[in-house]
Amino acid sequence: MSINSIRDTFFEECEDLLDALIEGLAEMSGGSYEGETVHAVFRAVHSIKGGAGAFGLNQLVGFAHTFETVLDRVRSDQLEVDPELMRVLQRAGDHLSDLVEANRIASEVDEGTHASLLQALNGFLGIDPADGEDGGQEEEFVFEALALDLDLQDDIGGQTDGYEIRFSPNPALYANGHEPLLIFEALAGLGSLEVAANTTDLAPFADLDWKAPKTDWIIRLRSSEPEHLIDEVFEFVEGLCELSIEAIQTDPPEEAAADVPDLDDAAPDGGADPTPPAAASAPAEEAVKVVDLAALRTSPADAEKKQEPKAANGPRPTLRVDLERVDRLINTVGELIINQAVISQRIEEIGLPSGSGLSTELEDYKLLAREIQEGVMAIRAQPVKPLFQRMSRIVREASDATGKAARLVTEGEGTEVDKTVVERLADPLTHMIRNAIDHGLEGPEQRARAGKDAVGTIRLAAFHRSGSVLIEITDDGAGLDRDRILETAVSKGLVPAEAELAPGEIDNLLFMPGFSTAKEVSNLSGRGVGMDVVKTAISSLGGRVTITSRAGEGTTFSIVLPLTLAVMDGMVVKVAGQTMVVPISSIIETIRPGPDELHRFGVDGWLLSIRGSYVPIIDVATSLGRGVPDADVRDQVLLLIQTEGQSHCALAVNGISDQRQVVIKSLEGNYGHIPGVSAATILGDGKIALIIDPDAVVANSSAALRRVSDPRPEKEIANGAAG
Amino acid sequence: MAQPVEIAESEFIEFVTFVAGEQSFCIEITQIREIRRWSPVTILPHAPDHVLGVMNLRGAVIPIFDLAAKLGLGRITPTERHVIIIAAVNGQTIGLLVDSVSEILSVRHDRVQETPNVRADDTTTCILGVIPIEEGMTRVIDLGRIVPAKAEGAA
Repeated sequence: MSINSIRDTFFEECEDLLDALIEGLAEMSGGSYEGETVHAVFRAVHSIKGGAGAFGLNQLVGFAHTFETVLDRVRSDQLEVDPELMRVLQRAGDHLSDLVEANRIASEVDEGTHASLLQALNGFLGIDPADGEDGGQEEEFVFEALALDLDLQDDIGGQTDGYEIRFSPNPALYANGHEPLLIFEALAGLGSLEVAANTTDLAPFADLDWKAPKTDWIIRLRSSEPEHLIDEVFEFVEGLCELSIEAIQTDPPEEAAADVPDLDDAAPDGGADPTPPAAASAPAEEAVKVVDLAALRTSPADAEKKQEPKAANGPRPTLRVDLERVDRLINTVGELIINQAVISQRIEEIGLPSGSGLSTELEDYKLLAREIQEGVMAIRAQPVKPLFQRMSRIVREASDATGKAARLVTEGEGTEVDKTVVERLADPLTHMIRNAIDHGLEGPEQRARAGKDAVGTIRLAAFHRSGSVLIEITDDGAGLDRDRILETAVSKGLVPAEAELAPGEIDNLLFMPGFSTAKEVSNLSGRGVGMDVVKTAISSLGGRVTITSRAGEGTTFSIVLPLTLAVMDGMVVKVAGQTMVVPISSIIETIRPGPDELHRFGVDGWLLSIRGSYVPIIDVATSLGRGVPDADVRDQVLLLIQTEGQSHCALAVNGISDQRQVVIKSLEGNYGHIPGVSAATILGDGKIALIIDPDAVVANSSAALRRVSDPRPEKEIANGAAG
Repeated sequence: MAQPVEIAESEFIEFVTFVAGEQSFCIEITQIREIRRWSPVTILPHAPDHVLGVMNLRGAVIPIFDLAAKLGLGRITPTERHVIIIAAVNGQTIGLLVDSVSEILSVRHDRVQETPNVRADDTTTCILGVIPIEEGMTRVIDLGRIVPAKAEGAA
């Protein structure tokens, strides 16, 4: 294991720890928390500090140390959790993730934030002499000498109580990024400390195995602190070392010095006692009753005891698996599904007598294959919780930057979505939440006038709805200012000035490229990245985003996403002799129109009249690049779809042959993007069918129309304006 | 040259030679995954002339290019007798439709000559070098030039 891979492991673990940290802080700020929550937060910070120390990430260690000290005060009830403390703690949590990230990619964090947060944290600690002492001791620890003697002899006389600790790290302790020095530092915080390395069972220098450091430590701690505090210091190395903690009576200093093997005794080859220390030295030191084996045996039991409550409410056991392996499995299972379809089709072709029983077996095979597929897909599914938790930070930052107080309310955090979806949602959600605070929420005075709570609410909700995942971002602000949106769109030339747009259409202008309502570029949103980017990001996930807004009550952005990116339900259709697939999710209904429902419109256009309204008919083959429709529209089958702009459209295809679940295969890996086609799939006969992107087909076709007929509308507009 | 043939290491380089548009071409053998008979493909919309379509190669979607058309030597009308060379380049797997595969050629690296300096056209821009053979000359294909750039239009 190279240092780099250990480092990677450390940062991977940091991610989990930071998640736990943020979750705990969120619980604390919600007010409904118990001691265990604070402990969990403390543990997370402590573990990060421990790991960071092992890699010499001093800035991170320093910050985590201060952070941890404050948390320690909180959990020992020396500090009361008030909103101000909570505010600082949350920002410290945010900053800690920044620090970790900065250290991971070797970049810098904002010095100003760092300093001000440190100051804020220290503010809660007060001017504490003990704290200063801690700092001093940290400096003294240098991992060079084998015996560390933090000689605070003056205190010893006053102590009535102490501990003798034997600490033998296993190689795994180091492999996991722990560092005895940090443990000693923590112990030093509890009292006066003497640390000595027991080098008696060290191999001769030449035989030392650098991969398996093997040094025992004998630690004498003069402290009146209760034993459980000492246990806590070793909490993270449980199972990674052999440990015994023994309370001792005060001994005269000379004796204490005598039973700590000092450097001279422990010279590698001059070792007087070559046998392992735990067994051999115990009898020798019976007088001071140091280690007895019973104590050694109790420590694993203690460990178990401690883990029990954690297991009860902690996360279920999980397995870290390389994502590539999962994807390979998903691919193979996709093959299995295709293969199953091929076999079914072949057997059907043979035309076996129906009594052969083969069809029942085949049906079972199909069900099993489906079940495996669902199981494999479930591996990739992840709850949106971490994503939502990250958003609470965005809300905090945005509300700081705009001076609008806001709180985040989340719902349905347990909703599971494909991992890729979760990952790729982070940016769009961030942007939408910033927008909601920056543009959605009103200023404090305005809110007061409207009789609303001074603190705005951003609601982030996720739930499953009919095979898709719905994510809603709702603010309780003023709602969209449609007049202003229209005005902006007109001034930017996005719509003609005379256009009469329905409210829904105006709302959708927000998603047009080059649209931004911010009157001035605020430092939050309005950096030229508009909602169109959000829309593109969501479309690329196979989802769509819609807006509903009520004046004075707020705005809701709804994102509809597919559950998985790997399979979907599709309608198998024929287009210009080719087999293609249209996602069922976008089809409202299929229509075989009668002659009186079709109306010529324009040069070669057609409209379909359906329930009193007229919808344009788009020939899929033409939109995909065929020059002229190869079939009369009267012989075609129409698929009524709803486009992203909420308008309806009818796609004309040659015929519908099937409806089935298809495995999505990317075209972009080996070829590239094709306008109007979202991906490909493999059908039962082993042939590839293209999956149509209905929105892109409609967009292609209207773009083509506009090009052809550009001069005419202008003239018409001019005429209209004159008349 | 965009994709220099790795020459230095071993004395000999192996090429697979084949015929497309009545000319002899070759591809370094390490770039070739397999060779198979032509079977009908799925047509791609908005595709350039030399892109015949995509086919299913054990679950992967592979684009098939008409090499002769790409090189400006006229389109092949594929039949059962035509052959598809499956090759991998820059992490992409593609298929090339050719008239027929001839042989495996093992040559010393210094026999691969640089492309003579001629007017750039559809063919010459895709050629890395030439190798003299008994029946005249074979042209080393630069696969990187055949494959469409991945990022192109992918946004």
